[in-house]
Amino acid sequence: MSVTAESNELRDDVLNGLQLSGQLERVWRTPSGLVGALMSVDHKIVGRRYILTAFAFLLLGGILAMLMRVQLAGPEQTFLSADKYNQIFTMHGSTMMFLFAVPVMEAFAVYLVPLMVGTRNIAFPRLNAFSYWMFLFGGCFLWISFLFNVGPDVGWFSYVPLSSLQFTPTKRADVWAQMITFTEVAALAVAVEIVVTVFKLRAPGMTLDRIPLFVWAMLVTSFLVMFAMPSIMVASTSLILDRLVNTRFYDASSGGHPLLWQHLFWFFGHPEVYIIFIPGTGMASTILATFARRPVIGYPVVILSLIGTGFLSFGLWVHHMFVTGLPQLGAGLFTASSMLIAVPSGLQIFCWLATLWDGRPVYRTPLLFVIGFIVIFVIGGLSGVMVASVPIDTQVHDTYFVVAHFHYVLIGGAVFPLIGAVYYWFPKIAGRMLSERLGRWNFWLAFIGFNVAFFPMHFLGLIGMPRRVYTYTADMDWAHLNLLSSIGAFVFALSFALLLVNVVYSLRKGALAGDNPWNGSTLEWATSSPPPPQNFDRIPVVKHRDPLWADSESLPVIAGLSAERREVLLTSLAEAEPQTREASSEPSIWPLLTAIATTVFFIGSIFTPWAVLWGTPPMAVTLIGWFWPSGSKEDEE
Amino acid sequence: MRQTIVRNVAELPTYGYGPRSGPWWGAMGFMALEGMGFAIAVGTYLYLYAIDPNWPIGAAPPDLWPGTTEAVVYLLSIIPNEITNRAAYRQDLAKVRTGLVVMSLIGIALLVLRGFEFAHLNTRWDNSAYGSIVWLILGLHTTHLATDVGDTVVLAVLMFTRHAKPRRFSDVTDNVFYWNFVVLAWLPLYALLDWVPRL
Ligand code: HEM
Ligand SMILES: [Cu+2]
Repeated sequence: MSVTAESNELRDDVLNGLQLSGQLERVWRTPSGLVGALMSVDHKIVGRRYILTAFAFLLLGGILAMLMRVQLAGPEQTFLSADKYNQIFTMHGSTMMFLFAVPVMEAFAVYLVPLMVGTRNIAFPRLNAFSYWMFLFGGCFLWISFLFNVGPDVGWFSYVPLSSLQFTPTKRADVWAQMITFTEVAALAVAVEIVVTVFKLRAPGMTLDRIPLFVWAMLVTSFLVMFAMPSIMVASTSLILDRLVNTRFYDASSGGHPLLWQHLFWFFGHPEVYIIFIPGTGMASTILATFARRPVIGYPVVILSLIGTGFLSFGLWVHHMFVTGLPQLGAGLFTASSMLIAVPSGLQIFCWLATLWDGRPVYRTPLLFVIGFIVIFVIGGLSGVMVASVPIDTQVHDTYFVVAHFHYVLIGGAVFPLIGAVYYWFPKIAGRMLSERLGRWNFWLAFIGFNVAFFPMHFLGLIGMPRRVYTYTADMDWAHLNLLSSIGAFVFALSFALLLVNVVYSLRKGALAGDNPWNGSTLEWATSSPPPPQNFDRIPVVKHRDPLWADSESLPVIAGLSAERREVLLTSLAEAEPQTREASSEPSIWPLLTAIATTVFFIGSIFTPWAVLWGTPPMAVTLIGWFWPSGSKEDEE
Repeated sequence: MRQTIVRNVAELPTYGYGPRSGPWWGAMGFMALEGMGFAIAVGTYLYLYAIDPNWPIGAAPPDLWPGTTEAVVYLLSIIPNEITNRAAYRQDLAKVRTGLVVMSLIGIALLVLRGFEFAHLNTRWDNSAYGSIVWLILGLHTTHLATDVGDTVVLAVLMFTRHAKPRRFSDVTDNVFYWNFVVLAWLPLYALLDWVPRL
């Protein structure tokens, strides 16, 4: 029955359980050794690397934050010079936004989305490997430049004309602009992979209204990335062209305009905040459902508000420019739309509270972090509605009030749910549980430390402390609040040290997790922990929104896929009806080589425009190597 | 967890065309984000145009013939492109080979024309913001043109080797599809670059 008319290949329906696992594992595993590791296209391996690398950048960005808090702890400190301080806050902001927050969310998606939709690998696995290498090389490039004292010093948004050649004649701003291109290439590639994975690789029966909420969140996020990031790429490319070959985009004396930069930057920069926050809400919804032990109330409402937030986020960028002297009417409109965006976020929060209320919650560490997230995010949202109004913004613009606000939103909206997600999914990724006792300490230190660090900044802003100053005098009366804030920051940092200890300890000594330690309802828990290279021996069939709760006795699955080569099942967009069995990439060294060639091209072009000429052929060669279909089983027949 | 086999998918084909294939959706995704890139570049042009009263700043508008010739060639190229498309659906290897060779030649001809177009812009990139944005937009589109031509040439070579397997025909249709995007993107850019400065 397995041998069809068209071919006589080995199919999974002639193999029994153990044979099947062994056979699929041989087909899907990554070759061993160093070369094998460099060739890997397994979304779990790439995802794990991505997550670890992003956390490494969090650590680096966090160290810089601590340096700033040491400098600001008292008046007239000389710990850092003004010049060093400029570099450090620029590196802190750029690292956190471009090398940590966005990549870490995409990294979790790279690991989780294929498992959650019940498939064997992400769409375009080689592109996925490539995007990781680009991210790694771009991040290293920025940090190595910083250590060699050519790191950027013009703020994470690099406003022109400050970042123009005239005021920044060194390579500092070029490094910044090119780092942007690296990380955007990586982010855009992952976004396309996620979209196609969700559209086409979902398990049979996973109709649009059965997609897990985290997957929905990542789908919306990926669209935001696709529509927001091209703007910053045009902006930073124009900037570097202005600097290297004398174009005049931002040069007011030749028909250019500095405000053009702000428009392009914030057309990206505002959605960027939601690119960071929306995945956080997806994590929160997933964790809440599991620990409240019931599905999230208002599933369609949550999805609509995710989509609504996505759309609205594009209409808001001008609120970052209220003090640039725009026409009154425009300012009014943007104030209204900025306040409007509080509505979908509010709706989601009500859905979560109702879920908790109606469920039988168990307060384990992941849930604690989600609750912390809701509290902090609400405070950040309130100060957001305040700065959305023009008169208030005019008062507090570029003060510590704004620093307080965006850390409440970014850390509340992204870091807290993220740490919750680490506790929640660690057992799946590592096969072992994190320690619950350390987890509780971790949470309380983080929650208290965070608020002590950032709440006083609201007051500092209101009494006039500007942001991006490296010191202040004693007669300003800012010393006490700053000291308090610095103490809080160190407590907050301690909580991350505890997380690290917990991870290192639990990797060896943690309790074994088993397939589904939390009794979660989504498909990633239907396979072992950690999952085998093929993810699932048989692809599940989804008949409910919470498949593992509804079909807890026996999981319906399909048979008939190849057992001798890498094959994934493609399904239709809306109904997830099976359509084709498509080949999935074999491991390959070419994505790495392409990334190296691209890196040489990007970095070379900072130093000589000729790099555009001699840098192109290696890129072309490696790309051909990548797409040339040799080595795939199908082509060797 | 126990499992129950509820369906067998062995009879499904191992590749599909259009929305039934993964790469087609990948191409859609890249077209969406590249289209957004073009839109942003056009927005930048219009922004600079709006703030400067004497557009094109200190230059004559581009000479019309290169862009116009290109537009005509692009539009005509749709015919062999579509013929290649149909041949690929029918899996007619001989016709597909011819089609890909013809499309490669058209692409190369367009790249040559593009060279002339740069030379006839009547402004340098460093003359003014006008020159900068014109060069940027043309550069963006040329990058698309060049990568698509490269892709077409590689695919053409592939179809003359033992790798010309049935599912490669699906790759050919995706390549055809992407070419339509390159053509479609050119028309508004042509209007913008060649006609807006004459308004
Ligand atoms: C460990 C916790 C953190 C502390 C103590 C901290 C501290 C600070 C301080 C003091 C500044 C202001 C620098 C100045 O204006 O003089 C700052 C700026 C900034 N922070 Fe953080 N931060 C932390 C975490 C984060 C995270 C997680 C993110 C993003 C996800 C982030 C994003 C930013 C950004 C974008 C800026 C603006 C940089 C600029 O003006 O160029 N921070 N941070
Ligand atoms: Cu904003």
